[in-house]
Amino acid sequence: MANSLKCDLCSKPATVHLTQIVNSKIHKVDLCEACAQAKGVTDPSGFSLADLLLKASLNPEPAGDAKCSACGFTQQDFKKTGRFGCPECYSHFSRLLDPMLDSMHKGSAHTGKIPQKAVTRRSLYERLTQLETELDQAIKAERYEDAARYRDEITQVRQAAGRKEEAGK
Amino acid sequence: MKINELIDSPSELTDTAASKSAVVLMTRIRLARNLAAQPFPGWAREAQKKEIRDQCMQAVAALPQMKRGLAIPVESLDELQKQILVERHLISRELCHAKSGSGIVISKDQSCVVMVNEEDHLRIQVLRAGFQFKKVWNTINALDSDLEEHLDFAFSPNLGYLSACPTNLGTGIRASAMMHLPALVISSQMEKVVRAVNQLGMAVRGLFGEGSDASGSIFQISNQTTLGESEEEIIKHLHGVLNTIIEQELNAREKLIETDPNKLFDKIGRAFGILQNGHLLNSGEAMNLLSLIRLGIDFGVFADTQRAVVDRLFIECQPGHVQHAAKGSFDPNQRDVLRASRLRSEFAKLPPPDFTSAAK
Repeated sequence: MANSLKCDLCSKPATVHLTQIVNSKIHKVDLCEACAQAKGVTDPSGFSLADLLLKASLNPEPAGDAKCSACGFTQQDFKKTGRFGCPECYSHFSRLLDPMLDSMHKGSAHTGKIPQKAVTRRSLYERLTQLETELDQAIKAERYEDAARYRDEITQVRQAAGRKEEAGK
Repeated sequence: MKINELIDSPSELTDTAASKSAVVLMTRIRLARNLAAQPFPGWAREAQKKEIRDQCMQAVAALPQMKRGLAIPVESLDELQKQILVERHLISRELCHAKSGSGIVISKDQSCVVMVNEEDHLRIQVLRAGFQFKKVWNTINALDSDLEEHLDFAFSPNLGYLSACPTNLGTGIRASAMMHLPALVISSQMEKVVRAVNQLGMAVRGLFGEGSDASGSIFQISNQTTLGESEEEIIKHLHGVLNTIIEQELNAREKLIETDPNKLFDKIGRAFGILQNGHLLNSGEAMNLLSLIRLGIDFGVFADTQRAVVDRLFIECQPGHVQHAAKGSFDPNQRDVLRASRLRSEFAKLPPPDFTSAAK
């Protein structure tokens, strides 16, 4: 029976079979002897199962030609390295990632610390960019009342962002 | 601060006053952070990497906690300097292999370290001697919040802090304790502990991480999952597991001294004899002998004040530290001679073991 299973990492016949239970979820990894040794599974001082599960849980379907539009990283690159190219890759490859998170972590939603200042600062900058686009459009369409309103709001947002930067010094 | 100045000053781990803990030698927490809208270090081009490094190092070095510390690009360090920083648990082996565009910022007291452009743009670490998760978390949390004032971290409301590797997603936290577990090793219970700890979703490693043998019965235990739980919950969970292991180790010690004290005292006595008289000691053997002396201290065979000496020697008998102390480059055989000579002179100063007070 064991011979019918293939190594999750290199597809050779698997001889080492690991089962780990985390929070009542069962994770199984099948490995050939060489990969088991390379990953330190036979080492009594321990090994990183999370990293192993990451590679093992990568979708066996042929990799698509999906490419991150921000950094050019491909699905193939991820399969090779188990790492992403940039923060934007997380949105581009969410279909690939979502099924993995379940086996890798205790949940799939962040419940920890939020970088409040950075998040506020970024949303102010995003609002500023949006307002500037709206201002341009209003001027082009000769909607001068709207343009005046956008200009006032831009001043307010700039002041708020400026205060944040002051506080950060 | 210059690198040689830092190397010659005592590190948190070799701090003789702080280490009073019988089982937990050191507590460490690290946070993985990345800049928004920038490629991760493994994918960034050389020029981008350098730009990111300069931005991060400048922000980190300006923090009040890092004032008068060391901020240096990795390529400015020689191999021995890197090895010493690895042996003090300040930087990772991976960072040593970084060709260019990586950097390190270390606080003056060596308790806070930020690795720049390792696997992530920032790996913030705080370490303290002893079992001190609360203190370490408070320090690193404040450091991270201060840094956030100057740097825009890649963060998603659903996935948390975004990291190059999805195994670090969410909190990006890795909390760990370095534990001295000689009685569990002597009584062959360590494999059982490793299995149980793995089943709880935690990782167990030998002292110097992957690829090293677990010399000196020292193991590093850390959380593996980072998403779906808050930092406090992760630390609380790990804390609970560590307390159970401490209890198991202390029980195993009690059993050892109850069932066959002579066998135990013989091991400790022989270790003292070799450390006082040996002329060739490799680092693995030295660690194992020091481990038995540390166990002897916990049993009252040696004075409690000697624990700090042993903890310091754990670090100072590593190959990099031995070469640095002898001011030269030596092959492994020469290092074994130097190490044994250093240990002989340290142990010549110590009073002999007193087994009568331990056998109570």
